[in-house]
Amino acid sequence: MDFSFLSKYYMFFLIGAKNTILIAVFVVLFGVIIGIILALMKISNNKLFNILASIYIEFIRGTPVLVQLFIVFFGLPKFPGMLGDHMEYIAGVIALSINSGAYVAEIIRAGIQAVDKGQMEAARSLGIPRSMAMRFVIIPQAFKNILPALGNEFITVIKESSIVSIIGINELMYNTQTVQSNSFRPFEPLIVVAGMYFIMTFTLSKVLGKVERGMRARD
Amino acid sequence: MIKVTNLHKKFGKLEVLKGIDVEVKKGEVVVVIGPSGSGKSTFLRCLNLLEDPTSGEIIFEGTNITSKENDINKQRQKMGMVFQQFNLFPNMSVLDNVTFAPKKLKKLSKDEVNKIGMSLLNRVGLEDKANTYPQKLSGGQKQRIAIVRALAMSPDVMLFDEPTSALDPEMVGEVLDVMKKLAADGMTMVVVTHEMGFAKEVGDRILFMDEGIIVEEGTPDEIFSNPQNPRTRDFLSKIL
Repeated sequence: MDFSFLSKYYMFFLIGAKNTILIAVFVVLFGVIIGIILALMKISNNKLFNILASIYIEFIRGTPVLVQLFIVFFGLPKFPGMLGDHMEYIAGVIALSINSGAYVAEIIRAGIQAVDKGQMEAARSLGIPRSMAMRFVIIPQAFKNILPALGNEFITVIKESSIVSIIGINELMYNTQTVQSNSFRPFEPLIVVAGMYFIMTFTLSKVLGKVERGMRARD
Repeated sequence: MIKVTNLHKKFGKLEVLKGIDVEVKKGEVVVVIGPSGSGKSTFLRCLNLLEDPTSGEIIFEGTNITSKENDINKQRQKMGMVFQQFNLFPNMSVLDNVTFAPKKLKKLSKDEVNKIGMSLLNRVGLEDKANTYPQKLSGGQKQRIAIVRALAMSPDVMLFDEPTSALDPEMVGEVLDVMKKLAADGMTMVVVTHEMGFAKEVGDRILFMDEGIIVEEGTPDEIFSNPQNPRTRDFLSKIL
């Protein structure tokens, strides 16, 4: 194996990693927002909201992320103003966020429902309205249940974001392919990129584990 | 103060309350006793609509709280509740537990509410725990704080749902003492309990419930010394 191409092409990997992390951060952020909305819809007393959220979640979880990505990528230009220069970034982040939101919704719903029923009752018995009890009593406690699973979702997003290389976003995987063709070395760049993905996810899981332990220590 | 008329509650096919009529007067301490499954907790939880009654009417301070248009949050501010499992908020310090509701619902400054909270904690001898989190407290301390949390809204009536049933025996006394003081101060109370000593000593009126109805009611003396109904006699003979 010959890794001498690294001295010439290492910047491709670093820029790719930066873009991958950037994409993952945005996707997790929007995914959490979508997830919160869906989870609240799912646990609300409104039947219509329940059904809409369920359809969304089931549909997204039941179709390949690649198909969802293409639907957004080729569907987006049909909307006015969506034909800009870096439109593939927007499409990639939207598609992955839509996808991640469905999984995050289930994580949040489970986390909220794991909070003891007595907590809501105690708040309501004081005259606190349901929404306020949710915000100040239930959600902060649910957060502790949710955080570990949300960390895993972050890791999943980092790995799955490699799929957006297909629509030409220069993240880690896309840049690896560039290196492969420019250096005429199809194999070694893949070893490098696998290592980089692993370093990112492993570091993240260690950091999250630490945060989690810190939160538990405060109890 | 509270007038309950023909209260029914069904869970699916199971009828837990089969027509309860009761009136609680201001300053009165009403103790509800009865075997498990008799519906006494459900009855209590209906009073502040934690359980939605299937039918019947509950009038609280002149308002029909069971009517559809009523906003129950208003009356709940006037009805404190204490739970068997304490249900303190683990994400808040003791003082925040106590001041959470008044801070959100009353037009008082933060300092005023904190002052009220501290003086209430002082009343139950726990002012030194103000900045502790509930996880660090014993069951008896938790329950005393749960009582204080309910009192912080200055309610007109306090509902107690088996407040000592989840406690270690040596901690029952400290909670009952707080409740006795409260009763002596003239608080209107409805207490579901298995503590017959407390019922005798503090209760103005005892309701004996069995199978979803009030079988017998009277003063502690009447119920404990001279029960009329065979079911009351049977129950008391088992537990005393």
